[in-house]
Amino acid sequence: MSDEVMRKIVEIIAAQALISPEEVKPESSPEELGVDSLGLVEAVFAIEEAFDISVPFNANDPTSGEFDISSVEKIAQGVRTLIAQQKG
Amino acid sequence: MRRVVVTGMGVVSALGSTAAEHCAALEAGRSGVGELEMPDVERLSVRIGAQAREFRGEDRFSRSELALLDRATQMALAAADEAVAQSGVSFAGEAGLRAATVIGTALTGMGTIDEAYRAVFQEGKNRVHPFVVPRLMVSGPTSNISMRHGLRGPAWSVSTACSSSNHAIGQAFHMVRAGMADIAVTGGAEAPLVFGVMKAWEGLRVMARDACRPFSRNRTGMVQGEGAAIFVLEPLEAAQARGAPILAEIAGFGMSADAGDIVQPSAEGAARAMRAALEDAGIAPEEIGYVNAHGTGTAANDRTECEALRAAFGAHAERLMVSSTKSMHGHCLGGAGAVELAAVIHALREGVIPPTINFEEPDPECALDVVPNEARRAELRAAMSNSFAFGGLNAVLVARRFEG
Repeated sequence: MSDEVMRKIVEIIAAQALISPEEVKPESSPEELGVDSLGLVEAVFAIEEAFDISVPFNANDPTSGEFDISSVEKIAQGVRTLIAQQKG
Repeated sequence: MRRVVVTGMGVVSALGSTAAEHCAALEAGRSGVGELEMPDVERLSVRIGAQAREFRGEDRFSRSELALLDRATQMALAAADEAVAQSGVSFAGEAGLRAATVIGTALTGMGTIDEAYRAVFQEGKNRVHPFVVPRLMVSGPTSNISMRHGLRGPAWSVSTACSSSNHAIGQAFHMVRAGMADIAVTGGAEAPLVFGVMKAWEGLRVMARDACRPFSRNRTGMVQGEGAAIFVLEPLEAAQARGAPILAEIAGFGMSADAGDIVQPSAEGAARAMRAALEDAGIAPEEIGYVNAHGTGTAANDRTECEALRAAFGAHAERLMVSSTKSMHGHCLGGAGAVELAAVIHALREGVIPPTINFEEPDPECALDVVPNEARRAELRAAMSNSFAFGGLNAVLVARRFEG
């Protein structure tokens, strides 16, 4: 399941950054990969749809929320937590 | 060119159903934001808004009238009735031929669309009310105001997202000033507090969940509102000749486009619109005492607007009073500039600056005098009202106190 979470998130980020999934490293931040603020909002939407969860993310201040978006790995960790909380 | 004055003003907002109620609440620093009341509200993650709860179409219009009027049009008609009555003008006969109607509305009749979609998609019905089309038209407020008051001159609607009202009022002002119309009924209206619209705004993730706190460091976004404000504009000489009340003078209007991002604002574009409005008014930046800010309470707007104010006003920015009344009446989208011009006119007439309420913590990136939490007494000669829209369409009005 965890690998599946990572694989799906990589796919979503790659689609927003217009790069191939192989280029997305777990330690990369969305910003480094070329995802702008609108792209981030779309990525969060895609994640919510893919995992049927609700992500606490405010575009006003993306870095200060409860959801860590500083790297792909952090996003995956956050999503796993949310899945456990909301669907466990 | 002719000088143009405001001789009538009408308002419907979460703060009240007349201009007097709206302005009294602004002075008192009272919030119109509360828990939203609408079908399916439990499915929203943002459940607050500035609803004009006291405004009920059923109290003002017959059943057959209501069938043709979206809530935005109902509010626009009520505000227009108030404005025209205050102005005391008659549009009978020839006068109506030279009278313009210019109303700003960002969205079409969303309540009407929501209701009809609910019927066909959710309830599986195969027919909707026969008047859905005339009720939902974005030009509904303009058409109905012109019909009700016999305004038979130039009439059109303006839709530039959150700048719609200022673009409408600015164009009406320029028409009257240039002699293309002898009088104008202008303003804006919006009724976006319906499920579908709230869902759409949720998606952008720029909505506050507790309160709208413009310029406060702990702000978390905007709060949606609804309302309408309508004004009667006419040449100074005509107004004086018929002994009309003169509430303020519209002095200048400036527009610009960022030509940048579809959602991120630009300080450069906003500052250009402010400079253009000052130049159009022939007013030095130092004459402006108060700016009613666009002030949405989002991180991006408030920071960018303060930067733009500094760019447009230079050192005088430090002496300006800048407040966002959206903290009280919410963000009325296409109606925003109009309900905010009412605040500006009241400030010019009464010498009371409406506050930015819910202000808790200064933000170094918004370090201007934002008139926090309490109204302030100050005599003004001139004031500015900013509207900036998604898609980078900026519209700024400058008004002057009228001294007869």
